[in-house]
Amino acid sequence: MSARVQTAPFVLADELAGLEAGAGALVSFTGIVRDDSGRLEALEIEHYPGMTERALADYGAEAARRFQLTGWRIVHRFGRLPVGAEIMMVAAAARHRHAAFDGAAYLMDWLKSRAPFWKREIDVGGAARWVEAKDSDEAALTRW
Amino acid sequence: MRRDILYFASLRERVGAARETVETEAATVRELVAERAAASPAHAAAFADLKALRCALDQQFADLDAPLGEAREIAFFPPMTGG
Repeated sequence: MSARVQTAPFVLADELAGLEAGAGALVSFTGIVRDDSGRLEALEIEHYPGMTERALADYGAEAARRFQLTGWRIVHRFGRLPVGAEIMMVAAAARHRHAAFDGAAYLMDWLKSRAPFWKREIDVGGAARWVEAKDSDEAALTRW
Repeated sequence: MRRDILYFASLRERVGAARETVETEAATVRELVAERAAASPAHAAAFADLKALRCALDQQFADLDAPLGEAREIAFFPPMTGG
């Protein structure tokens, strides 16, 4: 039951350790910096210190309540992350798999458009642009 | 009332500052936006698209018509792109 924001890489196995207690299912998701254009070098991720931690903890607690999770974990990195780097992870543990899958999907959908993070793409050569929010990410929240 | 205003991401870049402290009589977020937009051409550019403007009062999301109340820290930023 914890949310963290950090620049350092995380080790997925370490983050999942302990979440099996009392659970019958454990689902985790890891987001990775992806190069769609063929010229992306890195993402720079900015966040709102203080509010981010509070928002993530709130979404985790809400997911635990809605899906009767036995445990959950969120780790989100910020700063400069090269292509291929792990950006973030969520994990949801529950008695049964549907709740664990739903809990992880719920956390991801809220994190995408309701946690104060902003991504900037840095191309090879240094050109930079802010990533625009997608309508589909906003729409994804309506299913909850 | 004295209020701290924070800017993030593209708004921070457009305004040219991450934080400013202002003395304001604005009663709602919308009134504060109008006041700040008039402060300089850079502020006007930052606040040009209200549909793409998000706000938090003391680190809680708020909409444009929310009263500022006793909020000390008011943050403006574009739609979020986490995950």
